[in-house]
Amino acid sequence: MAVVEGAPSRRRASQIGWRAAGAFLRQREASIFLVAVALVLFFELKSNAFLGSDNIKNVTESMSPFALIAAGEVMLLICGEIDLAVGRTFAFAPAIVWLISSPDKHHLPIWLGVIVALVLSAAVGLVNGVVTTLLRVPSFITTLAMLYLLNGITLHLLSGSQQFMPGGPTFQNIFGSQPDHYFLWLNSEFYWAAGLVLLVQFVLWWTRFGLHTFATGGNLLGASEAGVNVRAVKVVNFVLVNVLAGFAGILDSTRVTTIVPLQGGPDYMFFAVAGAVIGGTSLFGGVGTVIGSFIGVGVLTILQTGFNILGYSAFTFPIIIGLAILLSMVATVQFARLRNLGRFQ
Amino acid sequence: MNAAAPEALRVEHVSKRFGAVVALQDVSLTLKRGEVLGLVGDNGAGKSTLIKIITGFHRPDSGRIFVNGEETVIRSVDHARALGIDTVYQDLALVPGLSVAHNMFLKREIVRGFGPFRLLDNREMRRRARQYVDEIGIATLRSVTSEVATLSGGQRQAVAIARSTHSGANILLLDEPLAAMGAREGKQILDLIQELRERGDVSMILIAHNYIHVFEVADRVNLLRGGEITFDKATSETSVEELTEIVAAEYRR
Repeated sequence: MAVVEGAPSRRRASQIGWRAAGAFLRQREASIFLVAVALVLFFELKSNAFLGSDNIKNVTESMSPFALIAAGEVMLLICGEIDLAVGRTFAFAPAIVWLISSPDKHHLPIWLGVIVALVLSAAVGLVNGVVTTLLRVPSFITTLAMLYLLNGITLHLLSGSQQFMPGGPTFQNIFGSQPDHYFLWLNSEFYWAAGLVLLVQFVLWWTRFGLHTFATGGNLLGASEAGVNVRAVKVVNFVLVNVLAGFAGILDSTRVTTIVPLQGGPDYMFFAVAGAVIGGTSLFGGVGTVIGSFIGVGVLTILQTGFNILGYSAFTFPIIIGLAILLSMVATVQFARLRNLGRFQ
Repeated sequence: MNAAAPEALRVEHVSKRFGAVVALQDVSLTLKRGEVLGLVGDNGAGKSTLIKIITGFHRPDSGRIFVNGEETVIRSVDHARALGIDTVYQDLALVPGLSVAHNMFLKREIVRGFGPFRLLDNREMRRRARQYVDEIGIATLRSVTSEVATLSGGQRQAVAIARSTHSGANILLLDEPLAAMGAREGKQILDLIQELRERGDVSMILIAHNYIHVFEVADRVNLLRGGEITFDKATSETSVEELTEIVAAEYRR
């Protein structure tokens, strides 16, 4: 009897434990988070250097631009579109800053250069959005065209060559620290990325606009029948991803002190989209998480730096990244299938 | 039903084409305040197109619409809603990935705070959604936080109906609200329509294929055929048999 009397509370405790574990695993971010933890442990055990301060700085610094691009791309994917050109906006925005603020050019204040660059990045998004929603060209095509167009414009702006990124020491400390000027131990670019990721996730979860973004991608016709202005939702998200990509380009060019006409590009865009997708965002719209994409690009960066530390050749990286995307997608799809078992569509 | 009641909605000579397809040709109908108008017709007769014009989703090519006696150009779904018109669409217009509560308040979200800092008040939306769901009698629906994707067809339909009946609208357009429902659920919805009708302040257009349902709750019935209204009688002056006979006769011709 004593055993029976003692059992309920213990059973309740274990039930609560299981329920908490179940609730955690039902979160879309959960599986990719576990993968990230496992990878960090693996590389730390194998190398003993992975959790060293140099490498943590390295990983957080490398993932920042991808995290920013992915945050916007997640919003766009959720509402059912994609922007293939954001990697070019990443080079276009700092080129505008150079044109306006460089001592070799117009030499206007750096803040003005940044503002104009962000406004023009927004304009790029506006064009993509309007062509896609009003002229009804699929975003895959619209932004594929923009990918070439923007590259040509950037090459012209920079006369095809690498340029110095303008901005004084204070500007550099705030918008992409130099190696000996870390802010609170890490590069300021990472804090921008982490902060903006949280902000975009907040907008997605807690505002009407976020809800309408989900609704637009989840049921385009239904959402518009319910009165949601689905075109406006899409255009705003095109603008958002381009502003974030332009800002990421400015941060990154400030960090490395140079602007390269071919920086970013389709590689960056695909890296960000891959991070978004393995982080739990659907390519078919209606489903996604910004924090998941942050962890997703983190995992890809961890893989890259981890194998680097283990001494694998740079030729091997693309193979590892390719396999990682494939495996994590298989895992995600199967995991989602298990999670959704029993629900009828 | 008071024959002298003021009109809530009048559609005059409305036509609509989609490319080469004539969906509606010179359609006119009147809906009096507090009246339930049954709209019947074959598949493809133009019923849903007419509903979508009245609710501002489509623009008519020609014709005029009067809301509460005033000629109105309905510009959008939001505009129609502001005029007090709300719709249960045939496809329900629910988002499968969102919760019952969020679907219930889609585009009418309850928010807290002010200016650009207005945030969703999810707790209040859940509370009211629960209340609406209980009222309409979907006892089988356990939680309003469930995604609509996990609901049965009948449950989804009930959610869409609860959303419209609580929108504060005084003109409700119901496009086959009973299509996916079992006998018991269907009866509950018909009772709800009856209740609203007895309150007298809501006018409704009810599209249904089942004439028995139409005659159970409608004051008047219109037959839409080939994009035109070909029959208009009070349900008290006609019968399921007569209507069936008219529809069948045109087939035999």
